[in-house]
Amino acid sequence: MTGKARITLTVNGEPFEADVEPRMLAADFLRDELGLTGTHVGCEHGVCGTCTIMMNGVSARSCLMLAVQLDGAEVQTVEGLGTIRDMHRIQEAFHEHHALQCGFCTPGFLMTVCDILESLPLRTDAEIRDALSGNICRCTGYDHIVKAVRTLVDERDGAAS
Amino acid sequence: MMKPAAFEYVRPETLAEAVTALDHDDARIIAGGQSLLPMMNFRLVQPERLVDINRITELERIERTKTGLRIGALTRHANAARDPLLAEHFPIVAEAMGHVAHVAIRNRGTVAGSLCHADPSAEWPLLVTLLDGEIEILGSDGHRSAEPSEFFLAPLVTDIEEQELVTGVHLPLPAGPSGMAFEEVAQRAGDFAVVAAGAMVRVENDTFAEVRLGLGGVFDTSVRARALEGALTGQRARAEELEAALPLAIEDLEPNDDLHASADYRLSLVPVLARRALIRALHRATQ
Repeated sequence: MTGKARITLTVNGEPFEADVEPRMLAADFLRDELGLTGTHVGCEHGVCGTCTIMMNGVSARSCLMLAVQLDGAEVQTVEGLGTIRDMHRIQEAFHEHHALQCGFCTPGFLMTVCDILESLPLRTDAEIRDALSGNICRCTGYDHIVKAVRTLVDERDGAAS
Repeated sequence: MMKPAAFEYVRPETLAEAVTALDHDDARIIAGGQSLLPMMNFRLVQPERLVDINRITELERIERTKTGLRIGALTRHANAARDPLLAEHFPIVAEAMGHVAHVAIRNRGTVAGSLCHADPSAEWPLLVTLLDGEIEILGSDGHRSAEPSEFFLAPLVTDIEEQELVTGVHLPLPAGPSGMAFEEVAQRAGDFAVVAAGAMVRVENDTFAEVRLGLGGVFDTSVRARALEGALTGQRARAEELEAALPLAIEDLEPNDDLHASADYRLSLVPVLARRALIRALHRATQ
């Protein structure tokens, strides 16, 4: 195919169909075509992690994927987590622990945490830091983010916090 | 703003379709895309045709063969890290995958992508070099395989021809019980290695039946420390023997200066990481 390609996908549970130019990045598709600007675009070459989304149950960098590669996929973005009035537990934990300041990196962190809470044991804070190492924050430092994730891991594992 | 230049997108469903799609003057294969897309976003790479092999599901398998394990080209780093067959026979793979970039990139990046990108600091080229892997290649003339020393020609340069793709890599099982270990120094978690070392040790009758040391980041490609390997084979299986052979590890290495590390610093890391890897491998081999 040389022109636009038809893709069908679900984003946050909602089905979408769109015609996209093959060179369009998944991040730009979510933001510019679907208006889901919660997925942020920082470095655009896979370094900063702020464009992280969940695709078919695992985290992915939407600046390192093409929109055409989302064909048939189930995508979750930060908009699918919660709202200000009805936050997702991960968002609540970030709120409680002051794990954000300017908020630019936060969508990427939240989506990464969605993945690692499911996929990794995260027994120690060192493991949490390693799991978060693909996401860069320039405001808070990482202590509060690690504390938020520690709380979530303890809740997951049924440990007294 | 960094966006890829326009290209034609082709998404084959079978290997035969992929080979056909590669019959083009300027086609590139995209697997996980974790190295290719940054280069396309920077427009360092501007293929006219992009052949997306992600739908060729037969390339995702890891399977036992008569003599080893075959890892499909599209195996994601994250899946390799938790694969039970690899954990049983090559636990060094999961250890090394912990050094590959970050969670999201491991979910997407592939074995063949890493091999074909051929970064001299990358983990998969080093593992395949250490483990005497055979890289399996399909082209319009059929199947062929290449040893790491034939496949990796220079930084980011491989023996892959225009109308060929890597379908997988075969790792032969060691000739007997062995110990393996992986060590790496990088500036930050997930960065490319400044230097990486992988070791494999096999002990029989209290003697080194086989010692292998692979190094990354210190030459144009991953390399084996053949002088050290040869000197240790047949020696008593003791840590002191390993220590005594360490100076041989830097023989013939030609690291480069770059913005991450000087050549001298890279050279100074080699015996440190080689020692750690070899001693842990020996310990595991004799447990």
